[in-house]
Amino acid sequence: MVMEKKMDNTPVIRITDLNKWYGNFHVLKNINLSVANGEVIVICGPSGSGKSTLIRCINRIEEHQAGTIRVKGMELTNRMKNIAGIRREVGMVFQSFDLFPHLTILENLTLAPCWVRKMSKKEAETLAMEHLERVQLKDQAPKYPGQLSGGQQQRVAIARALCMNPEILLFDEPTSALDPEMIKEVLDVIRQLAGEGITMICVTHEMGFARQVADRVIFMDSGEIVEENDPETFFTHPQWDRTEAFLSQII
Amino acid sequence: MASVRLKTFVPGPAMAPPLVSSGVIGWMRINLFNSSLNSVLTVVALFFLYKALPPMISWAFLDAAWLAPSPEHEGACWAFIINKFRVLMVGLYPGELVWRPMAVAAIVVILSVLTVARKLSTRLLIILWYTLPVVLFFIINGGILGLPKVEQSLWGGLMLSMGLAVVGILLSIPFGILLALGRRSRLAVVRTLCTGIIECIRGVPLITILFMASVMLPIFLPQGVNINNLLRVQIGIILFSSAYMAEVVRGGLQAIPVGQFEAAGSLGLNAFQTMVFVVLPQALRHVVPSLIGRCVALFKDTSLVIIVGLLDFLGMVKASSQDPQWLGYDAEAYVFCAFVYWIICFSMSRYGRSIERRNQW
Repeated sequence: MVMEKKMDNTPVIRITDLNKWYGNFHVLKNINLSVANGEVIVICGPSGSGKSTLIRCINRIEEHQAGTIRVKGMELTNRMKNIAGIRREVGMVFQSFDLFPHLTILENLTLAPCWVRKMSKKEAETLAMEHLERVQLKDQAPKYPGQLSGGQQQRVAIARALCMNPEILLFDEPTSALDPEMIKEVLDVIRQLAGEGITMICVTHEMGFARQVADRVIFMDSGEIVEENDPETFFTHPQWDRTEAFLSQII
Repeated sequence: MASVRLKTFVPGPAMAPPLVSSGVIGWMRINLFNSSLNSVLTVVALFFLYKALPPMISWAFLDAAWLAPSPEHEGACWAFIINKFRVLMVGLYPGELVWRPMAVAAIVVILSVLTVARKLSTRLLIILWYTLPVVLFFIINGGILGLPKVEQSLWGGLMLSMGLAVVGILLSIPFGILLALGRRSRLAVVRTLCTGIIECIRGVPLITILFMASVMLPIFLPQGVNINNLLRVQIGIILFSSAYMAEVVRGGLQAIPVGQFEAAGSLGLNAFQTMVFVVLPQALRHVVPSLIGRCVALFKDTSLVIIVGLLDFLGMVKASSQDPQWLGYDAEAYVFCAFVYWIICFSMSRYGRSIERRNQW
């Protein structure tokens, strides 16, 4: 599969010397990472390696203690205004979908556009229907999340993130909570988005997907970035023994 | 690969459950006679019902005097209730103005029906419910729009009980929510303050709070500031109920997974929007059964206002049974009282069930 993509080299995310602790536990150690506009990055690694924590720092769901994170030139600090600004640019899709169970699918999608982007209800609904169409769930709009399958819920979650029109999308193990039969439908949607030039960082164990879609694969262990490379080199000629050991277990 | 013709899978037919477990006989076998102990208990219970029910029925219905007291009837004298009915319902409220409490009751019923009928938006319903206390007060009290004023000393009976309960429920829910949120606040001052308020109020019986409100508060208030007794009692009830509501709501808040906060935050919703649109609607739905339980308890608790000299429904029942012209009808008075309380509380819990159903997702 060959993809033609617009990608320029101005970094939209620049992380320098990032450190984070949970109490005494050092979860992220001196992370340095730049993400170019339109780049698709896959982060893999064993559980507990800090990969989820890393992407959760990027939209400040987790707070970091040292180092800087800049998203589109804005530095993440504790100022509420700053955090709000960055969250408007960065969408996120979670492992457990986290749709709002008391709202219909349509309401799940229009909530943030209405109250954060101050759109009219009608505008927001038009937008929501467009994105539902994109994930092929237009006919599910009036239902509640509980009535949908896991794969459908995760696609709704992706559409919900897209409704805020983010430039960057973070995926935190989007297929880990899904039945095997549903993984493909979600990956297909993500693959399609990757082809459209949205900057993406995806934490996943789907190595086949990583190989197809990623521009760069990052391997983390014990809170550090061990190895980063283009997918071809990464999977065929890993530079570190740790990476090779991981790959041999997972593939 | 050679093409292999696959067999087509057809699921087998579904079969009906065995007959022993369905029908009246099946039900009785499962629920009444499923073990030797249960069989014995069933027979004993039936024997007691056989002994107790017939005398009760003949007292309450067959031998009862309905329209006027008469010596030849040995059963209940419901004429007493009929004679005292207005006093029991509205206290000393002037007879020609009784349409006003009736109008208020009608408004409450209509609003309750509209709430479960799903015809109006939640926002409009909230606005309507919270203008209710004001409307209710002005209709009963009068003094505006040409309605003659009715002194509060004349208010009483079921009207007073219901009024105290409805206003108490309506106002203690938002205060309870605020206290619950405060107790979970990250700010130590707010958290300590809210926890302190909740624990202090919960540590004291309602009677004590009513005494404080009625007797002690006027002593502490500055000279010239005068809050009337009924309002003080109402405030006491709201405070008391708020503390309990707060703990119920807090239980609901704790049931909301952290992912909901994260999802809302990642969409750019601020803390207030997250609370109002995502967390509270879910938390409150989780606790509807306990909230209704608190409402029922609050309604029954209003009977304690008799302690500070207000004649609510129970107060009026007691006063009526001591009327020198109608002595000896205590049994009728209290049976009627229990019946009315039961009807109202049962309706509230049924109503709660229909709210739960409305909120299913």
